[in-house]
Amino acid sequence: MKQQGMIIQHSGRERDVVWAAVRRASLVEQGRQPGIAVQLRGVGKAYGEQTILRGIDLTIPPGELVAIVGRSGSGKSTLLRLLAGLDKVSGGTVAYDGASGAVSDNGIREDVRVMFQDSRLLPWKKVLANVALGLPRSRHHEARGVLEQVGLADRADDWPAHLSGGQRQRVALARALVHKPRLLLLDEPLGALDALTRIEMHALIERIWRANRFTALLVTHDPAEAIALADRVLLVEDGAIAMDLRVDLPRPRALGSAAFAALQDRLLRRLLQSDTAPGAEPVQDPGDISLQRSISEVRWAI
Amino acid sequence: MTSARSNRINWLGRLSPWVPTLVLVAVWQLASSRGWMSNRILPSPLGVAKAFWTLTLSGDIWANVKVSSLRALAGFIIGGSLGLGFGLLTGSFKTMETLFDTTLQMVRNIPPLALIPLVILWFGIDESAKVFLVSVGVFFPLYLNTFHGIRSVDRGLLEMARSYGLSGWPLYRDVILPGALPSILVGVRFSLGLMWVILIVAETISAQSGIGYMTMNAREFLQTDVMLVGILLYALLGKLADLLANGLSRYWLRWHPSYQGN
Repeated sequence: MKQQGMIIQHSGRERDVVWAAVRRASLVEQGRQPGIAVQLRGVGKAYGEQTILRGIDLTIPPGELVAIVGRSGSGKSTLLRLLAGLDKVSGGTVAYDGASGAVSDNGIREDVRVMFQDSRLLPWKKVLANVALGLPRSRHHEARGVLEQVGLADRADDWPAHLSGGQRQRVALARALVHKPRLLLLDEPLGALDALTRIEMHALIERIWRANRFTALLVTHDPAEAIALADRVLLVEDGAIAMDLRVDLPRPRALGSAAFAALQDRLLRRLLQSDTAPGAEPVQDPGDISLQRSISEVRWAI
Repeated sequence: MTSARSNRINWLGRLSPWVPTLVLVAVWQLASSRGWMSNRILPSPLGVAKAFWTLTLSGDIWANVKVSSLRALAGFIIGGSLGLGFGLLTGSFKTMETLFDTTLQMVRNIPPLALIPLVILWFGIDESAKVFLVSVGVFFPLYLNTFHGIRSVDRGLLEMARSYGLSGWPLYRDVILPGALPSILVGVRFSLGLMWVILIVAETISAQSGIGYMTMNAREFLQTDVMLVGILLYALLGKLADLLANGLSRYWLRWHPSYQGN
């Protein structure tokens, strides 16, 4: 009983804190780190016999926020893991700022940071120590400032087990931001959160991205999330990019606007199709394919 | 009113683990004083308490407890640190696992007490024999649990730490060791239990001092009350060791949800 009461009170307070953090984040003057340019040429990935990704050509200009959507098993998370250096490409090249080298021995770049689906906080370190993970000792003091940016300065001395799911992901976000990444990779970081917390996290991520101008790649299964946040939405299907959709809505985006709804509808339709079209032929013109497909389907139905 | 009630419940909660012990002692005392049980076979709790008091006054008991505890501690430190060390090695390095694990698994299946004849031959019946036996006994629980602990560290956390630039000793200190710690502490608790079992047997078979020696000596003179004092001392010391291990767990695993909330 007592605990339940605490949780309710908690989420109410959490919301206020997030909004306060959002307002603050835009005011904080960061050391400007321009984003990184990413270029993929014919990138493929196979585990043994199984091909996950094939022939991916993709150019992401510096500072762009790209969302990757797709059904589970489409290879969207694998693409992110390749960019993070967590997995090695089986073919093709990945170039950062035009150069394919400049990675450390284990393939991890210092200016690329990942935020995972589960927060992956170390449960035996307090919140502040988690944020400072991997920082040189001389920069440990920066952890508190970033924690303040995500609105959790007052939880610095708590154990991660005592935080809510949304708070944990905000700590994970702070842990990534403290390294001043030039490319931030977000692997469905909001997938496990409730709808309200997600909307608040969208605002937080958007403001922090706008304040820092890093390049960002967001893997998500939610078309609304992709359109709310991204400059550009990529649809990954059967290991290839099947659609490249530019989102030119002004920010901050109104979730209810007609243009938003139209884009979301288009994306959702295309996503739903990817199930009903097994062994789809290579796509020549990804932009208009949804229309062609739906017409052909209607004709078949008649 | 409510706080008085919750206080009482708290009290009962604290007391309840001891209820079976107290009931057992009460029944035992009743059986002795009613004459259902001969005092030569099993002396009454009061008789045991009296024997305990005499032994305390004469100082015998403390000398023996001290000797036994030092043996246990020495064996635990030697065997435990070796077990921990080997567990860390084989858990962390594949080559070390292939090199040592087969041999260790083979040796593990030898009950340490089966070594007693050989140990007496090697060390005689002085301190080193007992310390050696305890060391062998506590080695394996710690070895196995350390190995298992390191192997079962969350892959996701390892991947995260590596991608955040940790490697080498910092990765070991911040991620691998703390991740293995719950399992290592389980090994410590197993080891502490085994430590007393082996020491009891070793002291009973061959010793010039210690609690085991005291009980065996009492048997010569049919002092069942002293024998019981010895047996109960083992129970108390075992419980004490367990409390200590539990306290360590509580401190080291204070981040762990199952050790929080009280």
